[in-house]
Amino acid sequence: MEQLIIPAIIAIVVAFFSVYGLTPFVIRALEKRNITVVDANKKEKTMVARPGGLSIIIGIESSLIILYVFFPISEILAVILTTFFAFIVGLIDDRKTMGGWFKPLALAFCAAPILLLGAYDSNLSFPLFGSVSIPLLYMALVVFMIPIMGNTINSIDVLNGVASGFTTIASFALSICLFILQNYEVGIICLCLSFASLAFYKYHKFPSKVFPGDSGAITFGAAYGAIAIVGGVEVIAAIAILPAIINSFLFLSSVKKIVEHREIKNPTSHTDDWKLKTTSENHAPITLVRLLIAKKPLSEKQIGIEIFKLAIFSGILAIITAFMMGVNF
Amino acid sequence: MSLPIFSFIFAMWILIIVGGALMVIFLGPLSFSGYGDFDPLINSGVKVLIAMILIFIWIFVLLKIKNWIFRKIANT
Repeated sequence: MEQLIIPAIIAIVVAFFSVYGLTPFVIRALEKRNITVVDANKKEKTMVARPGGLSIIIGIESSLIILYVFFPISEILAVILTTFFAFIVGLIDDRKTMGGWFKPLALAFCAAPILLLGAYDSNLSFPLFGSVSIPLLYMALVVFMIPIMGNTINSIDVLNGVASGFTTIASFALSICLFILQNYEVGIICLCLSFASLAFYKYHKFPSKVFPGDSGAITFGAAYGAIAIVGGVEVIAAIAILPAIINSFLFLSSVKKIVEHREIKNPTSHTDDWKLKTTSENHAPITLVRLLIAKKPLSEKQIGIEIFKLAIFSGILAIITAFMMGVNF
Repeated sequence: MSLPIFSFIFAMWILIIVGGALMVIFLGPLSFSGYGDFDPLINSGVKVLIAMILIFIWIFVLLKIKNWIFRKIANT
């Protein structure tokens, strides 16, 4: 345990400060090249730099490479490679809008390093009742996990600061769970993700100076999914991001097909004082945001805070679940 | 406070724990033998089938809870 402390501190510091220091340069470079998008929820129609995924991937990868130098274990290498491939998929989607099936399919291939390096345990652990060995089924789970996590985080990236803030809360909760389960190496990997997303949140929070784009949001999701698999905490990881899973669930159960989010009708509109209200459009999908503003219109910042409260609640449930993992009937 | 959404998250958590218990109790001990080289394939196939049924039930229950929450929000 003691030998982990110094490498952990170095990796975490690199993760945080590389994103914190690099993002302003990325913002300036994007603005200089006019690679910006309109912030749809601002009355003034502000232009915001997008995508900021480059600083996120540099932060995560550099910290994990440092960690790998200290501990050359296949779990760290698997997360490094999977996250990098997912970033490339996101970057392609940022540059050229691909069809609804492109991302899930391409992200499924990103799980290859985890399978090839054997950085997984085919026992699926559940709280209170122990684990179940499902070798072939588990391989399918690995392949599905990365696209699901990547798209789940991507689908919640609809308001200023939500994707990065949500990832920060969920990954901090998952880190605590990994430490409770005494999986320290993977816990440190997860802390690197937490601090990288926290540093990005500084620029992504309301009012955003940069959007992560598909490359950033998918990088967050894929890293989170890969950590869940190599750490053997798939169920706990899913619990920690339940609000985002609810968002995807509500969306899919109302749209009933996999589509690119740009293709769908906006489920929200604006009031005169520029708060978000639910749209009167019948065919617009149901989302978490639409559910939150169903009672009364809320400002973008208020909705973000509500989502973070839900994320903290799920994080607490995840931590309780981690404690329950140690108890077997 | 978005109490119905917190309730929805809590219900999902309970469903995950119950689903996990069903997986461990029913799926874990399941083992077929006597089919030679096909044993692992048959074992995995049956487990996949049961897992799919459990997921289908899980989603069905979630849809019911979702509809209940929507009705609750609409009524207030």
